[in-house]
Amino acid sequence: MEMPQPNPRVMTQKAELVSRLQKVLPVDAIITEESETRVYECDALTAYKCPPLLAVLPSSTQEVSDVLKICHDMGVPVVPRGSGTSLAGGALPTADSVILGVARLNDVLETDYDNRFIRVQSGRTNLSVTGAVETDGFFYAPDPSSQLACAIAGNIAMNSGGAHCLKYGVTTNNLMGVTMVLMDGTVTEIGGAYLDAEGYDLLGLICGSEGQLGVVTEATLRILRKPEGARPVLIGFDDIVVAGTCVSDIIKAGVLPVAIEFMDRPCIRATEAFAGAGYPDCEALLIVEVEGSDAEIDEQLETIVKIAKSHDPVELRESKSADESAKIWLGRKSAFGAMGQINDYMCLDGTIPVSQLPYVLKRIGEMSKEYGLDVGNVFHAGDGNMHPLILFDANKPGDLELCEAFGADILRLCVEVGGCLTGEHGVGIEKRDLMNDQYAPDDLDIQMAVKDVFDPKWLLNPAKVFPLDASDARRIAAE
Amino acid sequence: MKDVTPSTEAELAQIVADADTPLRVQGGGTRPIGGATNGRVLSTSDLAGVELYEPGALTLVARAGTPVAHIEKVLDAEGQRLAFEPMDHRGLLGTGGEPTIGGVVAANVSGPRRIQVGACRDHLLGVRFVDGQGRIIKNGGRVMKNVTGYDLVKLMAGSYGTLGVLTEVSLKVLPKSHFTGVLLLEGLSDARAIEALSAALGSPFEVTGAAHLQQGLDGAPVTMIRIEGFENSVAYRAKELQKLLAGFGDFTVETDAERTAAGWDYIRNVAPFHDVAGDVWRISVKPSDARDVVAALKGTRALYDWGGGLIWLLVPEDAGVDGAQIRAAFAGKGGHATLIRGASGEATFQPVAPAVAALQAGLRQKFDPRHILNTGLMGQAA
Repeated sequence: MEMPQPNPRVMTQKAELVSRLQKVLPVDAIITEESETRVYECDALTAYKCPPLLAVLPSSTQEVSDVLKICHDMGVPVVPRGSGTSLAGGALPTADSVILGVARLNDVLETDYDNRFIRVQSGRTNLSVTGAVETDGFFYAPDPSSQLACAIAGNIAMNSGGAHCLKYGVTTNNLMGVTMVLMDGTVTEIGGAYLDAEGYDLLGLICGSEGQLGVVTEATLRILRKPEGARPVLIGFDDIVVAGTCVSDIIKAGVLPVAIEFMDRPCIRATEAFAGAGYPDCEALLIVEVEGSDAEIDEQLETIVKIAKSHDPVELRESKSADESAKIWLGRKSAFGAMGQINDYMCLDGTIPVSQLPYVLKRIGEMSKEYGLDVGNVFHAGDGNMHPLILFDANKPGDLELCEAFGADILRLCVEVGGCLTGEHGVGIEKRDLMNDQYAPDDLDIQMAVKDVFDPKWLLNPAKVFPLDASDARRIAAE
Repeated sequence: MKDVTPSTEAELAQIVADADTPLRVQGGGTRPIGGATNGRVLSTSDLAGVELYEPGALTLVARAGTPVAHIEKVLDAEGQRLAFEPMDHRGLLGTGGEPTIGGVVAANVSGPRRIQVGACRDHLLGVRFVDGQGRIIKNGGRVMKNVTGYDLVKLMAGSYGTLGVLTEVSLKVLPKSHFTGVLLLEGLSDARAIEALSAALGSPFEVTGAAHLQQGLDGAPVTMIRIEGFENSVAYRAKELQKLLAGFGDFTVETDAERTAAGWDYIRNVAPFHDVAGDVWRISVKPSDARDVVAALKGTRALYDWGGGLIWLLVPEDAGVDGAQIRAAFAGKGGHATLIRGASGEATFQPVAPAVAALQAGLRQKFDPRHILNTGLMGQAA
């Protein structure tokens, strides 16, 4: 992946920038030593690294505004960073950029159970939002698998999803309001503790804009009462097409599971070797989870089991207890770790219409042979969000490039069958240059025009989302 | 001037590109919110038809001018529905014609179930539209999860045709519920009713409707709580809710399919204010603020939906309450008010803070640089 050359003018202004930042931030909030800026050289897409010019860790909306104003005046690019768990390179710096980390903005500002919302600073981790309300029986629904570490700011930037979004939606469906600082330092309030913000749906626009429109410092989030209980059923099939049909039939039957997870044979074998969850050795495995009271769960599982049986499963294991549930989930939850034990892997995130699952899985299998790289599939089947894991050897010259080419072909396939490049990880740098496969030039131009409005100088996270050649003119004109 | 009704997207794009005077974008013309705008009517009513429907994938793609009634019929045949239950504005506004799906999206129209499943915008997966320069733009797609580029899908929802002319929308649909139960209680004050609704919505029993009428059909106040699902599950949750809410009184449970449907249509379409003189405002606030907002506006009548978070306010002429007073009633607390019916020269849409207004004006300038689409709507001077 190519990144723009650092701007030499900015590189020579580091001392002046530091001295101006020192006037608005405490000393320990400015990180300039290379040994320390290295902490920010990459996110979870570790194949690409570059230490920033410096990093700042403001602790208030006012400090964020002050920092942005200075960078705006001096024409210094800013890369906002939540917890750095992006798999797409969303927080990858350039050498001439300032990393603006929100880690110190982690307070809960308000919880309100009568009106079912929580207001937090954006550096707070996803899991600790639920942590703040769970003793009172509430939770925050979006649950990306990085939820222990990832920040709400990053969730908003990438519109993060998770395993339970079939029922509860993704971040954009659970976000009610934000305080956002524009690149010129202007503080804006959009939405709040009421539904459907006034005017244009700027909240919807900001969510998923990958830190390119502004820096969110506070968020009002919808919280929900925890269901009385949840239990899964595990269903094994000897044919992926049949498994795909079963998913479709469950959805059509009017049961709305909270999660339908899918694993294929390579993934099942890897997780069995790693976690020993007792999964059957079969072509495809579904984990379907439903919620409610015990009796309600039984009733829903009965419907699901009946549908599954009509498709001749090789295994059917209905959980009757918390222990059995944990065992069913064990393999799925360790799938990524298990694949990582075998080799380095690249995790893709394309989404396809559910009806295309069998065809896409078949094609991925064929491409795997063509490229000579193994791939395991584990994904959220209910919403078609695939996570093919391509195995490669980072120490073998050329293997990363081969893996990236294979990944790009899979994503093009997703687009070809009516899907998209990314369901929940974001474009970042990883899928930036594939945007031309998804969108025509006019489609991209109008998206870039949105950035022109929020950030006319193209200083916020400028080298992301859009193919570099498409955004070139705008980025250079702004310099 | 004669209306223009293109029958293809390409034709529509050419009309916009060639236009040198303003265009009034219209679907079925049943929701003239914000009053008349300038120029010739550009109607999408001939851009009709369901283009793709995959019940197993819960997705439907339709051209913008497709009648909502047609979509509902197609979905019903497969036991599915538009879960956000868009309201039909004809009764309230006294309009005729056929509501279209494009109109629903353009005004982000949602009904009582919004409280649980989200608004129209939350069910919108993709759009195609023609921008103010006549360019055909697509955004989003037909999959449930999509973070590929900026989400212009949400931006288009509720932008009232001021940023582009919708030509096609892609929607997430959901299975119809097998069974509906409605808990009913007469006689609660506004304040107590909203407390009861909050308690119900804060329970794990998946309430899909929470409304309060100051005057029900027999004149007494009625509080309504809806639960949906499989029959046994509805019975169980109804019982649990009755226990939870025992302190408010003895809620009865109505399960007759026709009666429950009619009851929620009554709320959804704001039937109590049909054929009653006066302006009608739609106010979104924090539910616990709702009662005080209404109490401050003497002489008005309210219908509360969304657990109190949505106030439908009837303002009779003799109440002497204007838009400024309505907006002042929740100022500092957060919220917004839109004039849905009435020609009193009020600002239809909630004014926004200057920094946000600048962003909105900037977007409008980019999407419609020649200022020809629905000029005068959404805060822009005509």
